[in-house]
Amino acid sequence: MKMFFVPEADRRLIPASGVRGPVPLLIAIMTFVMVVVAAAGLALANTASVVKAGVEDRYSIQIVDGSGKAAAAIAAARSAPGIARVEQVPPEDLRRTLERWLGPAGAEADLPLPVIIDVDLAPGAKAGTVARRIEQAVPGARFVAHRTSLAPLLDALNGLTMLAFGLVLLIGLASAAAVVLAARGALDTHRSTIEVMHGIGATDEQVATLFLRQIGIDALLGGISGAVVAGLILAAILGGASFATSLAGAPPIGWGDAAMLALMPLAVALLATLVARGALLRALRDRL
Amino acid sequence: MDKQQCSSLGKAARAVPQQGSGEGSVRLAGSIVEFDRVGLRYGTGAEVLRDLDFRLGEGGFYFLTGPSGAGKTSLLKLLYLAQRPTRGRMSLFGDELAHAPREALPGYRRRIGVVFQDFRLIRHLSAFDNVALPLRIAGRAEADVEGPVREMLAWVGLADRASARPPTLSGGEQQRVAIARAVIARPELVIADEPTGNVDAAMAQRILHLLTAMNRLGTTVIVATHDLGLIAATPGAQLIRLENGVLVDPTGALRHPPGGHRS
Repeated sequence: MKMFFVPEADRRLIPASGVRGPVPLLIAIMTFVMVVVAAAGLALANTASVVKAGVEDRYSIQIVDGSGKAAAAIAAARSAPGIARVEQVPPEDLRRTLERWLGPAGAEADLPLPVIIDVDLAPGAKAGTVARRIEQAVPGARFVAHRTSLAPLLDALNGLTMLAFGLVLLIGLASAAAVVLAARGALDTHRSTIEVMHGIGATDEQVATLFLRQIGIDALLGGISGAVVAGLILAAILGGASFATSLAGAPPIGWGDAAMLALMPLAVALLATLVARGALLRALRDRL
Repeated sequence: MDKQQCSSLGKAARAVPQQGSGEGSVRLAGSIVEFDRVGLRYGTGAEVLRDLDFRLGEGGFYFLTGPSGAGKTSLLKLLYLAQRPTRGRMSLFGDELAHAPREALPGYRRRIGVVFQDFRLIRHLSAFDNVALPLRIAGRAEADVEGPVREMLAWVGLADRASARPPTLSGGEQQRVAIARAVIARPELVIADEPTGNVDAAMAQRILHLLTAMNRLGTTVIVATHDLGLIAATPGAQLIRLENGVLVDPTGALRHPPGGHRS
């Protein structure tokens, strides 16, 4: 932080015009994209987490060939330890589902329907015990965990989350590369000043500090601008249509997530400054 | 401006190691500069300096002369540590610096004041800030900068031009700012490349007077010049003459200066 408190006399050595230019705008755009993509990633992660929690203890008993076996299966399930709820899915619901998939033929009464019974286990209950009891009561019945059915969806959500965070990382690297180019450009612009300073006995650290202040301020201003615009857009989207809320039953972005997103401009400024410092010192080392 | 404020350059300056008695260095009693078979070439070209072998005593006044292209500027670059020799040993202030780590050089450079022929003033800084630069780099508190700088500017006759920037100054004024900057931190070694090249006779006399006054106070002075009048006006000064990159020292006085023995 001490680099932000460079005295006026030292600041005059490197006029701001040498570092400014497109850098703040570039960082603003990069930060905007980073915040939006990170918010999407957090929303996906939260959604996946809510969906996973919702199906964690939920199972189905599936009996392909028989409405006559439903009562026995329900009785066997209810007699097992650790059962919270047992409820058969009404055949009308199954027919409506089939009608959506198969058209009017799906609603015909002579189309054989499987029996599906929803079973919720109490936390800590052993699914294996329940499965064995149902198998004994109704041979051929399948006891299926909902999370198995939803595994492809959860995998997709996790994959998209990783993709989003990967993109955030890539954008961060691109920002760092832009800062390195800007820092080298600034060194070239002020080559004669640096030569004089070196000749008088300035260290690389002294020279780099003069540039870092400007780069840090530019990165912070650009980062805050980008994050504010991204925040306004995200607030409008999430506040207007709580699609994800209705889908997953929880806010897609919590306060903790919002705080993390709000800290991104600071992280960008810190990253930019550290990267610039390394680039400046490396470039200065090439000179005597 | 806060007078009590210490510049950030100054804060960083404290990290510079103290120079002068490095381990393994060879100290020469009375020698501030010692060259031992020093050669210099740029890239893969021919050597521009060959087998330079001389010692300069502490507190001496030296004129570096020679025709254009003789290697004077290259020798000065070696002396103010803008260039390393490609062969040989070179010691300054008693320390071998030909192979010294790069981080050690700023500490030595602060002990040298340089007046460049092309002045090398920072164009966007005022004359005051240009002169103050060595003090700020060395870590002098801002409160201790203004007085000496104003005094120095007054001495070189530029008290009323303190806030002027170099492009608005004449060649002679720029030269005086460059001289003020070179001597403001009271360096142990002053190196001046044609310091009177752009000033009138009266100012040349004044500059010479400043350099001789500093020399009397113990500063070693090396002046590269073609001005024979300047040399004639400085009794007691020694000549270093270069021709085609080779030192002309027929008497051996530069190789074996009086009192310059190894300790």
